[in-house]
Amino acid sequence: MMETISHLSLGFGVALTLKNIALCFAGCLVGTLIGVLPGVGPIATISILLPITFGLDPTGALIMLAGIYYGAQYGGSTTAILVNIPGEATSVVTTLDGHQMAKQGRAGIALGIAAIGSFFAGCVATLIIAALGAPLTKMALLFGPAEYFSLMVMGLCFAVVLARGSILKAFCMIMLGLLFSTVGTDLETGQERLTFGVASLSDGIDFSVLAMGVFGFAEVLRNLENPEARDVVKAKIGRLLPGWEDIKQAAAPVLRGTFVGGILGILPGNGAVLGPFASYTMEKKIARDPSRFGKGAIEGVAGPESANNAGAQTAFIPLLTLGIPPNAVMALMVGAMTIHGIIPGPQVMTRNPELFWGMVASMWIGNLMLLVINLPLVGMWVKLLQVPYRLMFPAILIFCCIGIYSVNNQPLDVAFTALFGLFGYLLIKLGFEPAPMLLGFVLGKLMEEKLRQALIISRGSFYTFIDYQERPISLALLIVAVLVLAIALLPAISKKREEVFTE
Amino acid sequence: MKKLVLGLAAATALAFAGGAQAQGYPTKPITMIVPFAAGGPTDIIARIVADNMSKTLGQQIVIENVAGAGGTTGITRAVTAAPDGYTIAMGHLGTFSAAPATYPGLKYDPINGMQTIGLAGGTPILIVARKSFEPKDLKEFVAYVKANTDKVNEAHAGLGSVSWTTCTLLKGILGTPKINAVAYRGTGPALNDLVSGQVDFMCDQIVSVAEQVRANTIKAYAIASAQRSPALPDVPTTKEAGLPDYQIEAWNGIAGPKGMPKEAVDKLVDALNKALNDEGTKKRLLDLGTVLPTAEERTPAGFAALIKRDADKLTPALSAAPKQ
Repeated sequence: MMETISHLSLGFGVALTLKNIALCFAGCLVGTLIGVLPGVGPIATISILLPITFGLDPTGALIMLAGIYYGAQYGGSTTAILVNIPGEATSVVTTLDGHQMAKQGRAGIALGIAAIGSFFAGCVATLIIAALGAPLTKMALLFGPAEYFSLMVMGLCFAVVLARGSILKAFCMIMLGLLFSTVGTDLETGQERLTFGVASLSDGIDFSVLAMGVFGFAEVLRNLENPEARDVVKAKIGRLLPGWEDIKQAAAPVLRGTFVGGILGILPGNGAVLGPFASYTMEKKIARDPSRFGKGAIEGVAGPESANNAGAQTAFIPLLTLGIPPNAVMALMVGAMTIHGIIPGPQVMTRNPELFWGMVASMWIGNLMLLVINLPLVGMWVKLLQVPYRLMFPAILIFCCIGIYSVNNQPLDVAFTALFGLFGYLLIKLGFEPAPMLLGFVLGKLMEEKLRQALIISRGSFYTFIDYQERPISLALLIVAVLVLAIALLPAISKKREEVFTE
Repeated sequence: MKKLVLGLAAATALAFAGGAQAQGYPTKPITMIVPFAAGGPTDIIARIVADNMSKTLGQQIVIENVAGAGGTTGITRAVTAAPDGYTIAMGHLGTFSAAPATYPGLKYDPINGMQTIGLAGGTPILIVARKSFEPKDLKEFVAYVKANTDKVNEAHAGLGSVSWTTCTLLKGILGTPKINAVAYRGTGPALNDLVSGQVDFMCDQIVSVAEQVRANTIKAYAIASAQRSPALPDVPTTKEAGLPDYQIEAWNGIAGPKGMPKEAVDKLVDALNKALNDEGTKKRLLDLGTVLPTAEERTPAGFAALIKRDADKLTPALSAAPKQ
């Protein structure tokens, strides 16, 4: 305990220098901005800004880059709520209830609760990193390919709950998402699958191409069809910030979301993407009236938003304590550290304590800054809803295109986004939900990869997934998955299921 | 930030100066394609070298990351671009020497179809294993792997990656091409499973594994270079440890489309050499565990010879590797 306090005071000493405060602020501001802009993600931004940090000291550079990353998580919810476009996999679920709240004139409250929930989750996650970073690393190491596969299976069972309408349609969308995830070069054999000879498909479909298409472009198309629907949003903007009632309603989901998101964030291989989905599922399952979900339930925003921010912070644990990046953004952080002559590894904590603790302290300061940046901006963001369509839609499309292009510098990606836009419009017309498809897509890649890794290691034996002596975690996760499915499918509780799944 | 502003100001000033003369390469920024995501080993070396080369050339070298298909997407774009000297690429062992044997439909010919500039640096390759793996040294490792071909698991960062290429060569030399190979998406996840003991061994660049070896979370059997590395002085070379045939380095070097003007080639070679002789740049490269290229390798002909030599070394093992 004393040790943690002395470490934290060292950290705050580093983070509270004028220069580092300024860098942290710059990072948070840029992060919020790119989070708000659809399509421009933290990966592209950090790689563009990487060379600028050459002139800085490593601690300052990492403080700024980290600020961009978690700042983008704050900003991403804004676009998801206001215009129904998830900038990243972690904000897909926020579109479900967040955008509905905006349509009901509660956009400000949704934005406010997202910011407050994120702040709370960020603070708790920072404390977790400071106090438990090293021991928690051991947990991350318990997750091998078999455990990971079982975790993904459990995640997919959650996905059914995301459905707002028919289960069959949701199931079809998950399968379609899984199918999309298999496009590209086979990892083990190098064989190209479902690419039809198109070179830019050889690395698969990028998440942002699919998400910007089926959400962003399709949403614009749908709105062009019935312009009057917008007037509803225009007419009543309502209260700007959440009141006491809202906060009381959101408090428990925020706590649960923080816990779930924080745990999943530590796992290697981008476990953080599961956080918001898991939180949403949990809230919908334990809600007294699950039918409100998908129609603007505040719990459906508060929980997942807290989970995504907690995960964004705890994702630093494997990087800082092991030197192993759990996702693409953290891999860029490795690059940033390496460029500055700090090769990430298990000894960063002892060899560069000022870097480690300075970063931890800066995360807390950054979260406070983000709250201060975001809450006053809520009014301004909500006003964006009043921008006329003829200005807003071209702007959304342009920002999406720039964002897509910046991911891989491939012009064909932009064309594919347009194609997915038409496809997404078709889905909306036919009453299919795109959110389960995106979850299937995100999990599909990891799932296939981990399944094959686990089977190669076990020499083809499926027993490895339920080996209670060697792999109890995998077995436990599969049991939970079966339970989730059983609850959804058992006829005895099918009446309750009706309540959960239908409007 | 200040540096960026200064850099932009300088670039603008020079652009105007260049416009006034209206001759002499380069008159506009040069694009250097890095065929991998930003932040990886090749990207870092490219950025460090390009930073200094820009000063010599008087024009900014802009790094463009075009990732895909083990780096071959980016290299294809670079070597099929207009040969005006304004599009070059930083490729590596995989994209220049191993790609023809790895990707049957490759759209470029690294030996005859491009203009080499020079080598930027080599990165030693290490054979590393999980901490609890039975063999204590390289000799035991070789014997163990040969005796337990059907039990051992090797991790690599995906088909076409440096770890896949160098490990496939190792398996070819050991006569055990059929060892179970577990593919990961990148070095990070592969290393994670090596540290946690899910897989047995892998081959990778020193920059990726040195810190883990130092922290004793994994162990290193040997370094596949002629000399030991100052970054890990206790790790013997493959020659010292009894496997002299396994010699391979993951180098990074610059090339462009065939038919570039001689002036452009000469100026780029000169700028590369000045960068590699610059104390600051040198230090940053050495800190990464990079081996600086010899005078010969810094020339177009020397670099082309290196590409050919390693291609000849790798092709038999890669062609025999189970794939497609």
